[in-house]
Amino acid sequence: MKITEEMVDYVSILSRLRLPEEERARMALELERITDYMEVLNHLDTTGVEPMSHTFPLKNVFREDEVRPSAPRAELLANAPAADEESYLVPKTVE
Amino acid sequence: MDWEMVIGLETHVELATRTKIFCSCTTEFGGAPNTHCCPVCTGMPGTLPVLNRKVLEYAVKTCLALNCEVTRYHKFDRKNYFYPDLPKAYQISQLYLPIGRNGKVPIRVGQEEKVIRIHELHMEEDAGKLVHDNWIDQTRADYNRCGVPLIEIVTEPDFRSADEVIAYLEKLRSTLEYLGVSDCKMQEGSLRCDVNLSVRPVGAAELGTRTEMKNLNSFKAIARAIRYEARRQQERIEMDHKPVIQETRRWDENKDASFSMRSKENAQDYRYFPEPDIPPVELDEAELERLRQALPEMAEAKRARYEREFGLPEYDAGLLTGTKALADFFEETVALGLAPKEVSNWMMDVLLRTLKEKGLEPKEMRLSPETLGAIIRMVQEGRLNRATGVKVFQAVFDEDADPVAYVKEHGLEQIRDTGLVETTVREVLTRCAAQVEEYRSGKEKVYGFLVGQCMRALKGKADPQIVNQTLREMLKNG
Repeated sequence: MKITEEMVDYVSILSRLRLPEEERARMALELERITDYMEVLNHLDTTGVEPMSHTFPLKNVFREDEVRPSAPRAELLANAPAADEESYLVPKTVE
Repeated sequence: MDWEMVIGLETHVELATRTKIFCSCTTEFGGAPNTHCCPVCTGMPGTLPVLNRKVLEYAVKTCLALNCEVTRYHKFDRKNYFYPDLPKAYQISQLYLPIGRNGKVPIRVGQEEKVIRIHELHMEEDAGKLVHDNWIDQTRADYNRCGVPLIEIVTEPDFRSADEVIAYLEKLRSTLEYLGVSDCKMQEGSLRCDVNLSVRPVGAAELGTRTEMKNLNSFKAIARAIRYEARRQQERIEMDHKPVIQETRRWDENKDASFSMRSKENAQDYRYFPEPDIPPVELDEAELERLRQALPEMAEAKRARYEREFGLPEYDAGLLTGTKALADFFEETVALGLAPKEVSNWMMDVLLRTLKEKGLEPKEMRLSPETLGAIIRMVQEGRLNRATGVKVFQAVFDEDADPVAYVKEHGLEQIRDTGLVETTVREVLTRCAAQVEEYRSGKEKVYGFLVGQCMRALKGKADPQIVNQTLREMLKNG
């Protein structure tokens, strides 16, 4: 499948990635190689094979509705690039 | 040209489970920011979400109550988007195999009956809350709501008026309350509704371009927003000769208008794929049957039973069963040994009016069935006349105070002492000799005035029947 530089731009917008101009062509080529590789799989005969969404033969895994203590806030916030004592801080997003 | 509006609804309902959908954090409303969070709901790498059994049960019950086909084998999908209300950068939802499809909800507007079709019902997780801080020009993210279980109920574009939408939402709310799967508090966001609306000339087969309206926080706001948006689209087409733009609009209740949200011109491309962390769910017939059997008596069945068993008029039975809180209150009061019809009359005439005056929802009131029962009993025993009973009701309503103590404290017990009534009536007749003359000369209207004077002299506490009887006799006998 042909991957154009426009497609690379679109995917980078969706992924919130800013690609330097000189990387667009290389990225298009690499993505194309990946999709071509996937194309190989399309040559397999899958007649009679059930499509699957999971690799393990598992189903119906549940937990009971019982409250357990949440994590200490300071420990959670320590993972964030920016936070104050209560909240995660992010660039302005709401109008 | 005559226009009609075409509306479809997407309703998000927060389920009343104790814990979140995929982790054991509490779902309790409020709480200091980010104190109901753990590595799972904040999307830390290497964590494993596990489905809350209760969420599945509540979703299936709702499907059954809304006459949906329940998908026997279903799974979850990832909806990918970058927005800071979602720390994982994807929401776990259901796209390909939602738990419910093809439901039917009968509604009634005035005398018209109509069936609203449910396109699908699926489970998903709620997102966090963002609050912008102008001072630091940054946005604060609070993930307490992240992972709170939701069901989204999507209708077909079957509505043609705001009234139909409200009738459906009232029915939906009542159903969810009867099922006990949600508390449906709109002000806390546990029932949220997005309105998809387009307009077209009456009779047209094709749908017009639709807009999606968000931020509708009350039934009143929904009705106003629908009327506003239909008019806006129609004027745009007819007067400005411009096409309607497909967009998301935000309703501003204070300005009574909707505004385009123009979210960065990004195409919405969620790139759904099957959620690998959660194994598929398979429901067997026995489980489904068990849940079906466990469904409570819903509003419709209850209304029919109230008419049949208690002989209530259709209208009264409809109102009393319209919300679970009222129906429960009615049944609990009747269970105290009171006549159903009398309880219904008091609820219809006094309780509902009081709720309306105070702008309260039935589930918000503190009044207990015992209190209403005690008042009705005092009236039935002749210790209070009805008018005083109503006054007592209003006095004890807010705090659910003890009505018997209140009556004693304020000396409101009905005067049944015929001697005292006679003396008082005689005094009134002497004082109002002129009116008595008028009455005797045929002006019957004066009778009401005389009753009023007597009741007043007795401070409103006399048994009106005794007063009437005494007065009539004395007027007749001279």
